[in-house]
Amino acid sequence: MAEILSFSILYSTIRVATPLLLAALGGLLSERSGVINIALEGLMLAGAFTSAVVTHYAGNPWIGLLAGIGSGVFIAAIHAVACIQFDSNQVVTGTAINILMLGIPTLLSGALFETTGSTPQIPRANLIPNAPAVIAFALVPVIWYVLYRTPFGLRLRAAGENPEAADTAGVSVAAIRYTGVLLSGALAAIGGAYLSIGQSSLFTRNMTAGRGFIALAALIFGKWRPVQTMLACLLFGFAEAAAIQMQGVIPHVRVEYIQIIPYVLTMVVLAGFIGAARAPRALGRPYEKE
Amino acid sequence: MKLIRELTFPLIAILAAFLVGGILVALIGDDPIQTYALLIGSALSWPDGIGYTLFYATPLIFTGLAVAMGFRCGLLNIGAEGQLTVAAFATAWAGISFANSSAWMLIPLTCLVAIASGALWATIPGVLKARFGSHEVINTIMMNFIAVGVASALTQTYFKQQGDPILETLPIGDGAHIPRIGQIIPGIPARIPLNMAFVVAVLACALMYVFLWRTKWGYEIRATGANPNAAEYGGISVKKQIVLAMAISGGLAGMVAINEVLGYRYRYYQGFSPQYGFTGIAVALLGRNHPAGVLVAALFFGALTRGGLFVDIFTEKVSKDLVLILQALVILFVAAEAVFRRRMGKTESQV
Repeated sequence: MAEILSFSILYSTIRVATPLLLAALGGLLSERSGVINIALEGLMLAGAFTSAVVTHYAGNPWIGLLAGIGSGVFIAAIHAVACIQFDSNQVVTGTAINILMLGIPTLLSGALFETTGSTPQIPRANLIPNAPAVIAFALVPVIWYVLYRTPFGLRLRAAGENPEAADTAGVSVAAIRYTGVLLSGALAAIGGAYLSIGQSSLFTRNMTAGRGFIALAALIFGKWRPVQTMLACLLFGFAEAAAIQMQGVIPHVRVEYIQIIPYVLTMVVLAGFIGAARAPRALGRPYEKE
Repeated sequence: MKLIRELTFPLIAILAAFLVGGILVALIGDDPIQTYALLIGSALSWPDGIGYTLFYATPLIFTGLAVAMGFRCGLLNIGAEGQLTVAAFATAWAGISFANSSAWMLIPLTCLVAIASGALWATIPGVLKARFGSHEVINTIMMNFIAVGVASALTQTYFKQQGDPILETLPIGDGAHIPRIGQIIPGIPARIPLNMAFVVAVLACALMYVFLWRTKWGYEIRATGANPNAAEYGGISVKKQIVLAMAISGGLAGMVAINEVLGYRYRYYQGFSPQYGFTGIAVALLGRNHPAGVLVAALFFGALTRGGLFVDIFTEKVSKDLVLILQALVILFVAAEAVFRRRMGKTESQV
């Protein structure tokens, strides 16, 4: 009994952690390049909605996933152009994108399917329940390697730490930041697609329900590093999985208190109580080429 | 001249947002002109259109002022949503616990609880920023979720009616109900939920103007926002201003509870706020962080909210989500003001 319980907890931990990890790794690439990305929630919604719609029409989840990635990149491009080209406030723009992606899927699903925000059921055979999890965890070593062992990774980190020096060394800060933000759109969109065509079989209004923000919390809890971020996602995933399993088991502790643990932990880390959490130095600062 | 310049960019942003929104409407197969006519027309009818527009504008005035107060001190308070959630719960709690008091006691008490609880919730990220330098944006986002979780848990444990399927508290005492405008001014039907909170909101705009531009404290907050280093050099305690500005900002956000709990629903219920806190960001930006601008911008978004309900019902395909999209586009265009400035040959930096 105990073994089955622990196996099922492990399984649901990975299920919960997968979309968080994908979005958090996306956020990592954007923020390490110097662009704050609180739009992860909206990017996930774009991926979730588009992949559900396209899978419904095309009858193939891989085409759906690709379309979802495309939509994530497209929406991320809005964020990128606003932040990099026009020096918009990155937090404000991110917030706008989150609001936008609350509205657009509902508007479109109303027009396409005459529903209030949900898409038609996708048959079980057309779902991809495992692939996104494999992609997510396989990406951790890949992103670690790219970040710390390749020239591109060095440039990405330089753009976020010291854009002036990067520029002097002949790196195009703008190009690097565009790459970081667009990749974040792609990864967050896979995370969203996992929700609609992996875990469930349709898109529902606001189906991410704050996961983009938990991913952001995990990114900060993981101190903007790939392996630590993965561990943070697993920890947060475990908290959620345990909260679901414990529902009703302990009558006097409400699940909400377990669900808020990730947020409290993130605030504690950010205040510097568990080692210094230092953001990339130029995070949020537009770079104006001299 | 200055006023014209101040008005130009918000108006361009609104036009641009409506243009993009109109293209979207046309793409999904409705007539943009008709849709917009319906949107605006239904918001301006008398008395229901105007009444509901003012009612929907009320919480947005409070959250708009809250965000603007933060901006004036160089802070981005995207936690108004959490602050108003905590305040609404605390206000309902006070209204339930002291339900037997007279209205003379209960209304001031519950209003005070609304302001104080919102202020307290916002002071936490303020102190964390001042003391540890941790970024208020992340902390306020985290605290939005903590607020909803705690309010939900406390509601279920202590204040829920047995067997009520909805996540909501018991009703507050009758003495805590603030009057509707329809009960005071004849000619406005009492079915319109517009209440005294709107008057409070307009007063709050005036008070905020006086505070920011006519008092020493307000001056110090603005100086900190304009240039923290210069302010510190000039003998202003930047840390104190950060905590103070966050507290006032949270108090303003908390006042949403006066409208929603004391004037409308007479209880706290989970999910009562359709993102008032985030719309407040749009309101503050469009209103250029000035109380008068916030008032006008909130009325504009209030009208859109009212009109959106009609668009939902009376158009073939467009839903009220069009309003959310317009909001988001307005924020995007106001934030990217540099686009227009560059076109007009100006490169001056701004907020």
